[in-house]
Amino acid sequence: MQWETVIGLEIHVQLATKTKIFSGASTAFGAEPNTQACAVDLGLPGILPVVNEEAINMAIKFGLGIDAEINKVNVFERKNYFYPDLPKGYQTTQLEKPIVGAGHVDITLADGSTKSIRIHHAHLEEDAGKSLHEDFHGMSGIDLNRAGTPLIEIVTEPDIRSSEEAVAFAKKLHSIVTTLGICDGEMSQGSMRFDVNVSVRPKGQEELGTRTETKNLNSFKFMEAAIHKEVERQIDVLEDGGKITQETRLYNGDTGEARSMRSKEEANDYRYFPCPDLLPVVIDDSRLEKLKADMPEMPDAKKARFIANFGLNDYDAEILSGDQATAHYFEASVAVSQDAKLSANWVMGELSRSLNQSSIGISASPVTAEMLGGLIQRIKDNTISGKIAKEVFEALWNGEGTSADDVIEKKGLKQVTDTGAIETMIDEVLAANAQQVDNYRAAPEDKRGKMIGFFVGKCMQASKGKANPGMVNQILKQKLDG
Amino acid sequence: MAIDASEVQKVAHLARLSISDDAVDATTTTISSILELVDQMQAVDTQNVEPLANPLDATQRLRADVVSEDNQREKLQSCAPAVEDGLFLVPRVIE
Repeated sequence: MQWETVIGLEIHVQLATKTKIFSGASTAFGAEPNTQACAVDLGLPGILPVVNEEAINMAIKFGLGIDAEINKVNVFERKNYFYPDLPKGYQTTQLEKPIVGAGHVDITLADGSTKSIRIHHAHLEEDAGKSLHEDFHGMSGIDLNRAGTPLIEIVTEPDIRSSEEAVAFAKKLHSIVTTLGICDGEMSQGSMRFDVNVSVRPKGQEELGTRTETKNLNSFKFMEAAIHKEVERQIDVLEDGGKITQETRLYNGDTGEARSMRSKEEANDYRYFPCPDLLPVVIDDSRLEKLKADMPEMPDAKKARFIANFGLNDYDAEILSGDQATAHYFEASVAVSQDAKLSANWVMGELSRSLNQSSIGISASPVTAEMLGGLIQRIKDNTISGKIAKEVFEALWNGEGTSADDVIEKKGLKQVTDTGAIETMIDEVLAANAQQVDNYRAAPEDKRGKMIGFFVGKCMQASKGKANPGMVNQILKQKLDG
Repeated sequence: MAIDASEVQKVAHLARLSISDDAVDATTTTISSILELVDQMQAVDTQNVEPLANPLDATQRLRADVVSEDNQREKLQSCAPAVEDGLFLVPRVIE
């Protein structure tokens, strides 16, 4: 039987505020345990939460970024359950009146087509603390630094049909929240965490199958693998005549193993009610207008501009606009190089290869956008060939110069464009390879194009790559075809 | 609307409240009478009334995003029954 996969995602995005959503404790990552957990975060008696204005602003920005309605009156509620990393006994969250209503995120599929994934809503809530299960004499350790960190939880409609679409969506969302500057996007630190709802149904069937939820995936790779595994498991169960149980599952990215969590039927009775400690949040028009005016260029608009202004193709524009830092680097290098296509090739080629190898982000690149732009200028004005350019790039990468010109000067890499010098060199090469010259001249016209490569190679070798390849080609042809 | 003893026990468990067996009946009766009051209130026509999230006729004040709390770990952990390496220790929880 042909099966269709149906996926809906819930994404927790940690907002990049300096303080917690309901207290003035710091949210800085990596602090000593419990040094950033104040009385409010600990849920001590007598506390009163006060809402962080910046968390509200960031949630609104997200809503504006996905063309969603902003609910001008939104309400915090209590979601009641007991767990040691939630000392209040309830999570303050939103249910009936979330801050962000329905919107959409558009993704580009492998075949180049666009698909719109509907967002059901996004709400504000507080993160929980962390439980450390290492053995403390048979006890668990609790760190509440993370408790109260502002989150937006984004809930999609079940519009996703494959793990590839899920990853494309996740990456797009990452690009949106980092462009907006509302999240640092550090997946390894848990700044974005994905819950994946997966079900399968026979192709053509309208009714949805029973779904399972795999929680807390914090990398694109793990999410893709977890979906694959779960789809396979569900199809196996159904094809063996079994039934899918609605349950919460855990996926271990390191071992690739998945298992069922305890059944949450009872725990799911969260008894939500409006939080009596918090009044409804009212967003007035002036706040909304100000935030609208401050919106950055979103990835889709940036991509369209890269295509229109720089003549990039769809694929290049998608990659270069996908991440704020990459887009910024690219534009800064074009400003110097005055050649978008060459800048695009270098950013996605040599530069991204070097960054990957050294596992560093583009904003920390030892070759700055200005250096790269300068390097491309020297290729364009024939000071250096493309091949020498790679050598210059490597030197810049290794800190052997402050600019392309500096490296070219120091290493004597300037291209030879003196016709006389090139002619002399070519004559020497031809004399040293008389047999090949005869072969070439005896060969039919259509074979010669390939054979000339041998001589070009020899000449470039003789010049240590510094001869202008265009000139070498041209003069060689004249001499050989005589 | 009435509530039965098993529901009372379930709700008590969710709230981590201990109700002794001989108190279950009395609690059931009390909660049922509250729910009857709610039933009476249900009779009121609320068609054109906005749901009320808070009885105060006011809106939430917002706080500037500035760190105002410094590290008070020592003080805050002084009342904790067990602490190690800066962590609160609790009976082991395993998912």
